[in-house]
Amino acid sequence: MTKVELATSPHKHNRSSVFSKMLKVCLALIPGMIIYIWFFGPAIIFQVVLSIIFALIIEFLLLKIRKQKLSLYLMDGSVIVTALIFALMITPYTPWWISLAGISFGIIFGKHIYGGLGQNLFNPAAAGYIFVLLCFPVYMNNWPVATGINTGDNSSVDYLSIIFSNPLSSNTSTITSLYSGETGRLDAVSSATPLADMQNRIASMDMVSEIRTNPIYSTLAGKGWEWVNFGYLLGGVILLILGIISWQIPTALLGGMIGISLVFNMYDSEIYASSLFHLFSGGSMLGAFFVATDPVTASITPKGKLIYGCLIGILAYIIRIWGAYPDGVAFAILIANSFVPLIDKYTRPRVVGEN
Amino acid sequence: MVKTKFRPQTGFMNRELHEFPGGVKFKTYKEMTDTIPAIQHPLPNKIILPVRQHIGIPSVPIVKIGEQVLKGQMIADADGYVSIPLHASTSGKVIDIDDYAVPHAGEHEATCIVIEPDGEDKWFDIHPTDDYLSIDPKKLQEIIRSCGIAGLGGAGFPAHVKLHEGVVNTVETLIINGVECEPFITCDDRLIQEKAHYVVSGTRMIRHAVQAKNCVIAVEDDMPEAYEALAKWIDDDIELVMVPTRYPAGGEKQLIQTLTGKEVPSGGSAIHIGIVMQNVATAASVYRAVTRGEPVISRYVTITGDVGTPRNLQVLLGTPIRDCLEACGYQHNDNHRIILGGPMMGIHIRNTDIPIIKTTNCILVNQIRPIPEEMPCIRCGDCFTACPIKLLPQELYWHAKTENFAETQNYHIFDCIECGCCSYVCPSNIPLVQYFRYAKTQIAAEERRLDGADHAKKRFLMRQERILAEEEDKISKLEKSQIISSATITETEDKKSYIKEAVTRTRKKRSEIKQRQSDQDKNND
Repeated sequence: MTKVELATSPHKHNRSSVFSKMLKVCLALIPGMIIYIWFFGPAIIFQVVLSIIFALIIEFLLLKIRKQKLSLYLMDGSVIVTALIFALMITPYTPWWISLAGISFGIIFGKHIYGGLGQNLFNPAAAGYIFVLLCFPVYMNNWPVATGINTGDNSSVDYLSIIFSNPLSSNTSTITSLYSGETGRLDAVSSATPLADMQNRIASMDMVSEIRTNPIYSTLAGKGWEWVNFGYLLGGVILLILGIISWQIPTALLGGMIGISLVFNMYDSEIYASSLFHLFSGGSMLGAFFVATDPVTASITPKGKLIYGCLIGILAYIIRIWGAYPDGVAFAILIANSFVPLIDKYTRPRVVGEN
Repeated sequence: MVKTKFRPQTGFMNRELHEFPGGVKFKTYKEMTDTIPAIQHPLPNKIILPVRQHIGIPSVPIVKIGEQVLKGQMIADADGYVSIPLHASTSGKVIDIDDYAVPHAGEHEATCIVIEPDGEDKWFDIHPTDDYLSIDPKKLQEIIRSCGIAGLGGAGFPAHVKLHEGVVNTVETLIINGVECEPFITCDDRLIQEKAHYVVSGTRMIRHAVQAKNCVIAVEDDMPEAYEALAKWIDDDIELVMVPTRYPAGGEKQLIQTLTGKEVPSGGSAIHIGIVMQNVATAASVYRAVTRGEPVISRYVTITGDVGTPRNLQVLLGTPIRDCLEACGYQHNDNHRIILGGPMMGIHIRNTDIPIIKTTNCILVNQIRPIPEEMPCIRCGDCFTACPIKLLPQELYWHAKTENFAETQNYHIFDCIECGCCSYVCPSNIPLVQYFRYAKTQIAAEERRLDGADHAKKRFLMRQERILAEEEDKISKLEKSQIISSATITETEDKKSYIKEAVTRTRKKRSEIKQRQSDQDKNND
């Protein structure tokens, strides 16, 4: 009789796996992604594919260096989720080398430096995004105009030459020409995002009602952006139904954002845009349902999740209104990430039978 | 028999039920065995009776090798309060008293009394107790103890201990647990269906023994036949309750919470909130003990899974598991794994010579599933959601893995009931329960070691003291002899200074040790 390995209880498993969880997150991103591509062009598809390829290569190298089991970790899906979210955070016109820098930073300094999967303090996608946002602000603040605005026709943009531009070309002619408007092609189709536009024009003493007459705005928020956010909201609801995420973080995050924006909006609605505008602008929904809920970097206790979510919602608003960057969701998530150990420590739930 | 659609009968279902946190729902596989009547398993060739089939102190053999014993005769006596006697399951000859493999997760061997049955199955002189209601509850407890009744639900805690505590404290509610929440197991279900009268009468007897104010028998809502069988025998004195099927609804803490809304205090036991819980099989054994004087010598065991004819058997204690498996048409296969108990909390065994004991409720034959590789924790929190105690398994795991045992205690590791829900749902396939068991045993071992270390330290310090004293004594003697001899022999200055140095050195050392000792005492205080 061959000796089988002695197993310990339980001898039953619900067959869930890290991979299946990650796969469900990827699937839930699809509605938002499709709407995003619909409004902001096929360049996004290239960003997604590039990011995933880069991420897999970097992950492969790091696992090799760290002598980790490739079969176990490379295809666990976590790095694909990171790449996907990163690609959806950066502008579709990000040159490939910036994308590479961002994803590398995210995976190396946001993940493996802490010990890889499950060990990191900060969300790798948000860390990578913030890294390139801080390092290459010029490139990162050029966003396509949503379809249906002006004469803007995304199809006419040579986004491939932007994405695949050579950063080392001596006279930098391609890039300068693209960004200085020499050819005029990029300028015609790129613009500030509604959040950036709102921030700039309020700084120059314009009133909200006045600003909102700009064709880049729509009923709820920015044209296109409101639908993209709606897509992520839908994906988030799918995640909630599948039980991948718990309700506390997104609810508290959006609740915190509504709360603080409502107070300021009621104080002066001509300086502070409405709650709905904030909810459906920028990275609100993507952040609330897909980034802040990253289990590794989020709080794990029910009460802690509420505090953590609320903190992000409030911080994101503060950065949007008084910060130097138009959107604050990614910053807010990273800041809140650093508070997670503390939050968890003081929000331990009462054990059954504990006095 | 025509199966009538189950309808809860009014009058029984008036208790408001509460929900316990966490838990998991899964396919129960009870239909494999729950409608098939149990059969009496024939006399085996060999009966192996471990002297410890309960939680507590092993009983002490009182028979010798070669002695003839009768069915129901006491062959090992209780050793202390938390211990119970053991009885021969059939008549025959004691052929060995030695270490044999026993049901244990670590494949341990322990003292067993081996009986070769003579085939006559002749009863020892046993006596019923008439009219139990008129006797002193304490006498009833004594009967329960002397018949070797341990909790037959799985834990095997000596029944009389719980009942005794019950009388010392006031028992608000006696709960008879028929909630078999583990998948596959139907031995209690079958027992109730076939011997409902035993269960109900036994319940009344236990109630008398603990003088309980209220009495509840609880079954799961997927056991309608058992419910109806019990309902036939029940009067207004006992509440019959169906609880929702969800694992681990039959756990003591969970069932108490479901039925009363009360929580067993952390570190305490049910009696602290006025509750005594016993299993339905225990109740049936009490009935036998009181009405016939019959000790625990057999039990219902579910043989299920990948066997030819899964069913329940009524098995004599000490029967090797192999006999039971073969009786159900089991063909050995290397891809099979045999589990004693249910799939959630049962133990994996590789040796089928192991005997059936008082706490064996199920033998489950499973296909071996390749154990998926353990991944790092991604803190998804599924384990927390599933934990019926609301522990934070992911934090406990973290501290257990890094051997930070003090911290695991801060996270209430000893409140863990090892139900396995956390491991069951873990997407990273982390054997969480295994980590917790490891931490628990390490903490217990450390506590024992510290107890021992205290003694060792005292002995060591006393020895140091003694050695120093001896040394000092020698030196002073030497000094004296030097003084005497100095008159006659001229000493070099070198030698004198050497002695002086030695003396000061010793004194210094001594004071140091004394200082250390007093510091230690202060710390200990």
